[in-house]
Amino acid sequence: MSAFAFYLFAICVVAGGFFTVISRNPVHSVLWLILAFLSSSGLFVLLGAEFVAMLMIVVYVGAVAVLFLFVVMMLDVDFAELKAEMAKYMPLALLIGVVILMQFVMAYGAWETNPAADGLRAQVTPVDKHNTEALGAILYDQYFLLFQLSGLILLVAMIGAIVLTLRHRTDVKRQDILAQIYRDPAKAMELKDVKPGEGL
Amino acid sequence: METIILFAPLIGAIICGFGWWIIGETAAQWTATGLLFLACLLSWVVFFSFDGVTQQIPVMRFIESGTLATDWAIRLDRLTAIMLIVVTTVSALVHLYSFGYMDHDPQWNEGESYKPRFFAYLSFFTFAMLALITSDNLVQMFFGWEGVGVASYLLIGFYYRKPSANAAAIKAFVVNRVGDFGFALGIFALFFLTDSINFSDIFASAPTLAETRVTFLWSEWNAVEIVAFLLFIGAMGKSAQLLLHTWLPDAMEGPTPVSALIHAATMVTAGVFLVCRMSPIMEFAPHATAFITVMGAATAFFAATVGLVQTDIKRVIAYSTCSQLGYMFVAAGVGMYSAAMFHLFTHAFFKALLFLGAGSVIHAMHHEQDMMNYGNLRKKIPYTFWAMMIGTLAITGVGIPLTTIGFAGFLSKDAIIESAYAGGSGFGFWALVIAAFMTSFYSWRLIFLTFFGKERGDKHTHEHAHESPMVMLIPLGVLSLGAVFAGMIWYNQFFGHADQVGKFYGIPVAEAHADDHAKDATNGDDHAKADDHGKAKDDDHGGDKAYGGDHHYAFVGKLGEGALYMAPDNHVLDDAHAAPKWVKVSPFIAMVLGLALAYLFYIVNPALPKRLAENQRPLYLFLKNKWYFDELYDAVIVGPIKALGRLLWKGGDGSIIDGFLNGVAMGIVPFFTRLAGRAQSGYIFTYAFWMVIGIAAFVTWMTLGGGAN
Amino acid sequence: MTIGSDLNIILPEIVLSVFALFALVGAAYAGKDKLGPLLVWVTSALMAAVGVWIGMSGDGTNIAFNGMFVDDGFSRFAKVTILLSAAAVLLMSQEYMARRDLLRFEYPLLVALAAVGMMMMVSAGDLIALYMGLELQSLALYVVAALRRDSVKSTEAGLKYFVLGALSSGLLLYGASLVYGYSGTTLFSGIVQTAEHGQVSLGLLFGIVFLVAGLAFKVSAVPFHMWTPDVYEGSPTPITAFFATAPKVAAMGLFARVLFDAFDGAVADWSQIIALLSLLSMFLGAVAAIGQRNIKRLMAYSSIAHMGYALMGLASGTELGVQAMLIYMAIYVTMNVGTFAFILMMERDGAPVVDIDALNMYSKAEPGKALAMLVLLFSLAGVPPMLGFFGKLYVLRAAYEGGLAWLAVAGVVASVIGAFYYLRIVYYMYFGEEREALDRTNPPVLWGLLMISAVAMVVGIVNMFGVEGAAAAAAAVLVN
Repeated sequence: MSAFAFYLFAICVVAGGFFTVISRNPVHSVLWLILAFLSSSGLFVLLGAEFVAMLMIVVYVGAVAVLFLFVVMMLDVDFAELKAEMAKYMPLALLIGVVILMQFVMAYGAWETNPAADGLRAQVTPVDKHNTEALGAILYDQYFLLFQLSGLILLVAMIGAIVLTLRHRTDVKRQDILAQIYRDPAKAMELKDVKPGEGL
Repeated sequence: METIILFAPLIGAIICGFGWWIIGETAAQWTATGLLFLACLLSWVVFFSFDGVTQQIPVMRFIESGTLATDWAIRLDRLTAIMLIVVTTVSALVHLYSFGYMDHDPQWNEGESYKPRFFAYLSFFTFAMLALITSDNLVQMFFGWEGVGVASYLLIGFYYRKPSANAAAIKAFVVNRVGDFGFALGIFALFFLTDSINFSDIFASAPTLAETRVTFLWSEWNAVEIVAFLLFIGAMGKSAQLLLHTWLPDAMEGPTPVSALIHAATMVTAGVFLVCRMSPIMEFAPHATAFITVMGAATAFFAATVGLVQTDIKRVIAYSTCSQLGYMFVAAGVGMYSAAMFHLFTHAFFKALLFLGAGSVIHAMHHEQDMMNYGNLRKKIPYTFWAMMIGTLAITGVGIPLTTIGFAGFLSKDAIIESAYAGGSGFGFWALVIAAFMTSFYSWRLIFLTFFGKERGDKHTHEHAHESPMVMLIPLGVLSLGAVFAGMIWYNQFFGHADQVGKFYGIPVAEAHADDHAKDATNGDDHAKADDHGKAKDDDHGGDKAYGGDHHYAFVGKLGEGALYMAPDNHVLDDAHAAPKWVKVSPFIAMVLGLALAYLFYIVNPALPKRLAENQRPLYLFLKNKWYFDELYDAVIVGPIKALGRLLWKGGDGSIIDGFLNGVAMGIVPFFTRLAGRAQSGYIFTYAFWMVIGIAAFVTWMTLGGGAN
Repeated sequence: MTIGSDLNIILPEIVLSVFALFALVGAAYAGKDKLGPLLVWVTSALMAAVGVWIGMSGDGTNIAFNGMFVDDGFSRFAKVTILLSAAAVLLMSQEYMARRDLLRFEYPLLVALAAVGMMMMVSAGDLIALYMGLELQSLALYVVAALRRDSVKSTEAGLKYFVLGALSSGLLLYGASLVYGYSGTTLFSGIVQTAEHGQVSLGLLFGIVFLVAGLAFKVSAVPFHMWTPDVYEGSPTPITAFFATAPKVAAMGLFARVLFDAFDGAVADWSQIIALLSLLSMFLGAVAAIGQRNIKRLMAYSSIAHMGYALMGLASGTELGVQAMLIYMAIYVTMNVGTFAFILMMERDGAPVVDIDALNMYSKAEPGKALAMLVLLFSLAGVPPMLGFFGKLYVLRAAYEGGLAWLAVAGVVASVIGAFYYLRIVYYMYFGEEREALDRTNPPVLWGLLMISAVAMVVGIVNMFGVEGAAAAAAAVLVN
């Protein structure tokens, strides 16, 4: 049963990836990509890593893929034109693709793992902990440095996004809360005694 | 003190050459000159206070490379001391003289600055020459050797706007290269054989070398012979001996003070100095020294013949220099190094005097150098005339025969001729006597043509001929003193009794067999010493006769102990003193004959030379064209080498190498440049594509090559 | 778990990161871009101080975080070079950026964070740490490349760099996963035990190839170099200067660390690839630069060629090779700092000029600067007796002694071709025909760095300022 599920998911991942690349319609591409993500999360479930599987769905399908979809739909990119330009290279690209593929077939056909490798490898599922707990432990303990570095990377990404896109436009009215709070009637209002029959 | 002597001219050269635009032209010239006079003064102090014991004064660490390790050191011995005074005295006087001579040179336009350059070159030359003579090892000497070569090149080509001056400079440099090649090979050979370049080590190993055999070129040679021979090749180049002499007459293209300093008094004697310096090697190389004798004698003869017919005043003196250098080599060749040094010493004075005098004449005649355009100048320029007279009296060797009273050249030249006879070189002796005759002839011819007879040149020039300024006359006066007295004063030290000579050079002298005779001689000698130099001579000559064939003295100096090394069986000095009377008188007779002939040709019957030249046209042309050496070299050596050079240049370098490189540089490389430019399309996918291609290529390579093992 | 000692070992990195965080928050609340110039100076000073601190203090080999972070002589040498050059380049940029209204306060902080990333790279002891350091550095660089966001070229440069960088990261990660698949660990110390020579499987080799490809992109080695000219041209010049210096050293350091720490057993295999990269880079850099009139593109190709020479040292696979590479990089960085200082001064009416034609008869207007540039160009071309020559000599010797004589010969040929375009600039400066003159501006920082770098090229030949010995020690630690 699990073997059947594995092959089903695996074939779906590969097919999803393949069609992501070759579909003509970019929206279709993203949909195929979502299929690939979903299938891979299924694979994680099969491994017993349900937390990672859920992350896959939440982050990649829920956020990343949807973002892609928006971008693709909002940007009016003429993919046909780009494709036409690329078509010139198609024969050569195919040749190289075939060559690389053959190399991989050779490499994976004769794949061997170092005898010591399996001993070094971490277990897929922890023995007497929850997945989540185990992940937390490893992130804040063994991989503390890497975790912090990831934080820095995200910070840089954030700074970058701000630096490259934020513009202080002077011709736009902005809300200044501090100024609003500090306003009092004395500053904001001026009482005028208007006599009847006269203007100001 | 020695260090100051050595470096004062260098400092002068630097200040004068680079600093003149700060301190001004005149100040720069005076700085250089002043420093040289300082060096000169100190040199005389060194010369008189020197006690004969060789000193080595280290200046700095020079070379350290493998087994080659040596200091830059000053080797102070008698040879160095003699050379020091010669070089610094002549150089200082030439500096002074140049103030007058180089003033208003017509080669330069108004306002152009050339004098500081000239003085800087002169001072630099002096430094290089001093480095040469004070050297303590061969590489240091080679440095000085090449340094004077460079200075000579710069000074010959000083009038660089004259194509002939440039050609002469290049010729001097190239011909000297041939000699330097031999010298360098000699140095290599010595280092190869003794693993040292220091004189002391080399001298000490001379006897071993004499028994070593070494393979050179196609056969085996005696090591010391080949070394001596190679060193002499170097000396031939620098001292303009036959075969390598062609550059010296052409070098007269340089300003006259240069000719006086470099091409008469100092640099050209470097070869003689080298042979004397290497006397411990030479003493063990009988074949090489025989060769030196023959070459020297041949040069003396050849140059004298050519000098007979030259009309350019400077060329006559140049050939005379060449000839006199031959004399010195004969003396060195027969083992009488002291006589060679003696002649070197006196020659420096009278030859510099002649050149400077000639310069004064040229100056007076507005840079006219052809003697055929002179005549009857003795009234116009009396001081110059008398200076030239003294120089001529000295070079022709005027003196009282069989005494030691006479002009400097009389004593030194006679010493050489006697040595040649005593050394057993019949060819050398006769060649020198004949050369002495010719020397006398052409020297007097110069005097008669220049100062006597009718005025033959441009009338205007003659009318404006004027005596030179004081700065030019003072050097003439000083040198005249040297030309008159240098021989008489130092005769005993250079060519007197063996023990006097030995003491002078710091060589121990031992009494040889025949005790009673020796005692007499010692007594006689003591007696002689007590007397004045000149008077003592009679006793000496008497003593000479008394020894007959016996040798009472032998030089027993260890190798490298004194300034010179003379083997214990080297009895040339004694033999020379014992030479028959006719030998001693022969140079005098030759001189008188020469004088008489010149008087006949140029005073009594001025038409005679012309008729003779027409009658003996082939001979005349042969001499006039310097035995066709230049033409021969052009045809045999220069022509083919030029052709080969042109072939390699146009064909090899131009077509093949340049053609190939230009093809690559202008055809293939730009092709790839364009290709690279086209690949840089600007599209991201192209770039990504290249990356993938790269990956594919590497992966494939790994599968085919790397994966296999 | 003694996290304290671990933190102690990465203290320099922490100091720099914490500074960046605080400065970011502080500047965002107070003054914003008005603080830009001040922050540039402070950041630059701090980086230089940290560089000096690392150079003076550390000794021995310290391993932190289970082997993910290695602090040894090699990493210290690289860090000092990185920090000092980054500080110098940052200083150079201040005046230029401020005048063109580009001096956002984030800029110095991004550079500082990039420096942290580079320090992580050269200290990486684990494939994941390697990737983290690489991404930290790269992301910061992508952003600064596009800093002039109103310029199409600058934006294009940032985007190209980003997309191709992502591709290269993909290649690198693919290689890393292959390596992990083979050896079962991401720690270099673990990989090196499993990857003994003779039993290197094809899969592992593929992993190495992909890893090398990813890293080759960072050092812009051919054929992974295509981004370089476009990015160099499009980015603001001070940022180009930054790209050409510190990140190159970091990437080279990382390269050496991965190859020697993780794949020491497969030297014979990877040295072929590196040699090929080196050969292609040297020739393409030399040949393609000839066609360039834009001095920034020209410097891009120049840096490609120089990376080829540095890779030649690595390709030899010996201790001498690593030493040669380190010396070469130190000299290369010094030369480039000076050269870019010069390029930054090339202005006409206040606008930057990048056409090399503008340098015609420059020697007449500014003899001092022209002479300094001449020295630098000679040094870049490898003309003795400038320092650049000795850098080349070192790598050539390393290649020769490592049995790669053919590569050394090729290097000499390539340097002859490359000399053309350097000397052409010299020709323009001294013998060209006079054109409209450049401005005679001499900002003291730029002028000073130009002169220091030029003088270093000449004076350095005495003892290379001791770099030789330090590099030898660093190489000895790495190759044991």
